[in-house]
Amino acid sequence: MNLIENFRIALRALAANKLRSALTMLGIIIGVGSVVALMAIGNGATAGITAQVQGIGSNLLTVMPGRLRQGPNQGGGQAALYYSDYQALAKTITAGVVGIAPAYQAQATVTFETETKSATIIGTTAEYAKLRNYKPALGRFPNASEEAGGSRVTVLGWQAAEDLFGGVSPVGRPIKINGVLFTVVGVIEEQGSSGFGSADDLVMVPLSTGYDKIFGAAATEGGKKKVSNIIMSATSEDVVDSVIVQVERTLRRQHKLAPTKELDFTVLSQAQLLSTLGAITGILTTFLGSIAAISLLVGGIGIMNIMLVSVTERTKEIGLRKAVGAKRSAILMQFLVETLILSLLGGVIGIGLGVGVAALVTATGTVTASVTASSVALAFSFAAAVGLFFGLYPAYRASRLRPIEALRYE
Amino acid sequence: MTTMTTMIEVENITKVYQMGDTQVRALDGVDLRIEKGEMTAIMGPSGSGKSTLLAILGCLDVPTSGVYRLDGENAERLSDDQLASVRSRKIGFVFQQFNLLQRTTALENVMMPLSYAGVNGKTRRERAEQALSKVGLDDRMHHRPNELSGGQQQRVAIARALVNDPAIVLADEPTGALDSKTGTEIIRLFQQLHREYGQTVIYVTHDPFIARHTGRVVRMSDGKILSDEKIAEPLEAGAPRPSEVALGHQ
Repeated sequence: MNLIENFRIALRALAANKLRSALTMLGIIIGVGSVVALMAIGNGATAGITAQVQGIGSNLLTVMPGRLRQGPNQGGGQAALYYSDYQALAKTITAGVVGIAPAYQAQATVTFETETKSATIIGTTAEYAKLRNYKPALGRFPNASEEAGGSRVTVLGWQAAEDLFGGVSPVGRPIKINGVLFTVVGVIEEQGSSGFGSADDLVMVPLSTGYDKIFGAAATEGGKKKVSNIIMSATSEDVVDSVIVQVERTLRRQHKLAPTKELDFTVLSQAQLLSTLGAITGILTTFLGSIAAISLLVGGIGIMNIMLVSVTERTKEIGLRKAVGAKRSAILMQFLVETLILSLLGGVIGIGLGVGVAALVTATGTVTASVTASSVALAFSFAAAVGLFFGLYPAYRASRLRPIEALRYE
Repeated sequence: MTTMTTMIEVENITKVYQMGDTQVRALDGVDLRIEKGEMTAIMGPSGSGKSTLLAILGCLDVPTSGVYRLDGENAERLSDDQLASVRSRKIGFVFQQFNLLQRTTALENVMMPLSYAGVNGKTRRERAEQALSKVGLDDRMHHRPNELSGGQQQRVAIARALVNDPAIVLADEPTGALDSKTGTEIIRLFQQLHREYGQTVIYVTHDPFIARHTGRVVRMSDGKILSDEKIAEPLEAGAPRPSEVALGHQ
């Protein structure tokens, strides 16, 4: 009795109960399908976020207030960055950086005629757009004199422009930010759709104008102007580390921190940001995959249930096979092969389903789901393992039936 | 048959079942010796132990105590898989309810014992075709059981029992589910196969008329052998049924 024969016997037995076999398989199909689809969506989201972060420029450094680290915050101390910090950095760090720009961010209501939306307002300098690699799709960025003079000019992100103006070009038109009138001078090129903190949804204003007209009292502390972050771009990847050291030294002096004291700011490189984001999205993907895996487990229990019924139904057949000389191992294999066909065939169809769902999700445009070979392999081998695990017990029961009793079974 | 060798040797066999708190002695010291080539009927009412004896003779079960030698091989203390191996090599079964696999053709049903015996596919097919030919079903090989009459189904079952060239063929009420005309045909087939191939056949029945078609009648009651009688002139299949008085021996 070889494997091919077992395979034939199993197919015949499964074909005899087509509906039942199909329904049993459905559990595995849905399980495998959801593992493949959800992991594809998770992977797609990860890839999207990663691409976006990389798009910003891989040598970009971001200085943020507060200490980004694990564990409890050891309290106290100032946890803010100031415009004066930017000035100090711009003065001290001359070598190794392409440029440096401060930014203050706040949420504000933006209105054009009757259209209103809430947007992130970034008050910054012309340098910022350059460092971030933003290019104007329409119009231009504010020039130096507008920045110095506190002109009420603004540049919109692609999505923000779309939301407020529809198809119409916003350049030259007036909008209100928190009730203050601004003139739109440019629109930033589309940066890519997905992810959080999208560059497409922002509204840029000159920093000085922002302090004067929009940000208000929240932006100052003890007469010093606060900034949300300071970005700079290293000339090459090799100097990133030395620039970080310089920034830390300068700001330690600025913030009058004793050498033993912990820093009250964080210098984040893109590499770090990527690994942090990667860790988060990795957890997300694993989480989605685990939920899907549970449904696969339920599918496995369904298989076991049906196989137990099938063994009972076919007691007489088992008795006969044993009477004509089938050993325990032969009966065990017969039923195991049957379960494996159910789970593996279900696995293959499930992969098809998962790929289909992933394609459908991609078509809707929210996330570009990417089915990876590893997720397919994982889902398939998990289905095989489920089949083996849940098939073993019914097959074992069948193999242990005593032929004399099995033959008498009605 | 010039030299008689012993095919079945049973010495003081008992079989005790535990049914809850009570012990049931299905076999209570049975001695039996059957020579090669004999056609024997085992008779007895239900509960007499004949089915238990048949199960032990067929290596489907082992006795609680006693000795059983089949074709020179001891079979009373074998494991499940060893019993399966003995069944595969030496025993052919014919059941009252035919016990054919419904979804497979006659040929595949007959091939089944060979596949468990490890015979390769081509030889398997040839031998199954030969066996079906012996029982007169050359033109029904690719029919499924539900396309065959009761008599034809039992012929397939007989072919399946013979395909391994077994040392003994055990038939448990093989005509019990058939009408008398078809039953007669099956008896005729058994007699013919016995004559042509000299197979050792053991036939379990409760019908004294059918038992008279064999060369020896063993009667059982309460787990013991009541009588063991040689039939000088077995009935030929198709012979008229004698009166009940003539069949009754006591």
